Amino acid sequence: MLVKIRKASDVRPSEITSQSAYMKRRQFLKAGVSAFAGLGLARAGISEAAIQQGPGRLEKIPGIRETDYRPQEAITEYEHITTYNNFYEFGTGKSDPHRNAGTLRTRPWTVVVDGECEAPGEIGIEEILSGFTQEERIYRFRCVEAWSMVIPWVGVPLADLLKRFKPTSDARYVAFETLHDTEQMPGQKLPVLEWPYREGLRIDEAMHPLTLMATGLYGEVLPNQNGAPLRLVVPWKYGFKSIKSIVRISFTKRQPDATWNMQNPREYGFYSNVNPDVDHPRWSQKSHRVIGAGLFAGKEETQLFNGYGEEVAGLYAGMDLRKEF
Amino acid sequence: MASLQQRIRWSKPVLFLACLLPLFLLVLRAVNDDLGANPVEALTHDTGDWALRFLLASLAVTPLRMLTGRSWLIRYRRMLGLFAFFYALVHFTIYLWIDQGFLWSEIIADILKRPYITLGFAAFLILVPLAMTSTKGMLRRLGKRWIMLHRLVYASALLGILHFVWLVKADYREPGLYLLIFLLLMLFRIPPLKRRLQHA
Repeated sequence: MLVKIRKASDVRPSEITSQSAYMKRRQFLKAGVSAFAGLGLARAGISEAAIQQGPGRLEKIPGIRETDYRPQEAITEYEHITTYNNFYEFGTGKSDPHRNAGTLRTRPWTVVVDGECEAPGEIGIEEILSGFTQEERIYRFRCVEAWSMVIPWVGVPLADLLKRFKPTSDARYVAFETLHDTEQMPGQKLPVLEWPYREGLRIDEAMHPLTLMATGLYGEVLPNQNGAPLRLVVPWKYGFKSIKSIVRISFTKRQPDATWNMQNPREYGFYSNVNPDVDHPRWSQKSHRVIGAGLFAGKEETQLFNGYGEEVAGLYAGMDLRKEF
Repeated sequence: MASLQQRIRWSKPVLFLACLLPLFLLVLRAVNDDLGANPVEALTHDTGDWALRFLLASLAVTPLRMLTGRSWLIRYRRMLGLFAFFYALVHFTIYLWIDQGFLWSEIIADILKRPYITLGFAAFLILVPLAMTSTKGMLRRLGKRWIMLHRLVYASALLGILHFVWLVKADYREPGLYLLIFLLLMLFRIPPLKRRLQHA
């Protein structure tokens, strides 16, 4: 399912040339194919190259479908996305997950789905990869620490995955849990957070077409430090809502626990929608630093709902976003 | 064989260069585009860390003298203190210039509204008069008052460490270590302990 109303300001996918596609085309041209033969081939080449290509160190995800979810901003480099992470299960430094996440075993991997649904059960990562159409979704990503990236995710709309388990009318929320295993996730030996990491969404947030269960990055399976093999992506919320390495999904009647909210409810609300008008008690959320923009680029203004207001503001109609932050 | 005087004379430039090494390495990383995904944060954190380290190093001189009886260690204290000020100045400049882009309204709001920035700013402000009165002439002129004034370094170090504590989201180990070292070094300033060590 893909419901997308094009805004006048949106750049068409056809207008964007990614760096990798550009380089490919350069190489293509250099190969000296005649202009006539090149025309037909180039068309095929472009649609193939339209999916962002990673450096090829990880398994490629086959048959990824291109979508219109492409912001105007430049896509963040693979190196930056995979070396600057908050994933306390592998250490609290930004480069710790990149260094330490090798201990995580992502195959086999099973997710338990239970709670208020008619068809509780389990689903393996292979089944998620082969049983659903994988889409490329290029989303803005805004961390609560006031930095941002633009990330070419690959994944499945969460709604498609959840519907398979037939949630009942009592399913008002969805709870998520990360793997809890101190051998594979040595950072869990330290009590910096209450393990396992937990997050939750309201059912309408979970079913929103923007909400993604990500399986990949740059056309390849997720690197461990980015939450392999399966992580949530909710682009209008602060990054910590996008829980990584998920092993359990539960439909619940009541609002579930969320790790950072439990850690400090004054600083991290359950909703945690990106909002420049609600500061973090210790720092401003009005602007953010764009990762990869360079030392002297300055900051960008943060947009309400991270710029996805047109799509998601309706979810919060009538709510006081200052109180329910 | 070189006298103690001579050894101190040539060791000072060596220490001076050693104290510049962290800055040199940082500039090298910046030039080589090796500061990672968030270079502004890397520069800010690194210079802040070194300001705190030099502050603690300068506070460690007196305890080391007491424990080892090597009174000539005092000759290096001013340089360590001035380097603490230097790294704090670089840290503050990076914040004003690269982080905030000299947007004074934002900066003033930050200093007033964000407790961790308020503390860091206070820690820096305290160091300014200490650096200005660090010369031999000022030491002579101020006499006893110089010692009183320079005891403010304790407040600066504590505020600087709290500035770090307050910024952290969940993992307090690193700022906790700084705080622990600070408290240990402060033990040596408790009069009974001080007397005992001096007479030992």
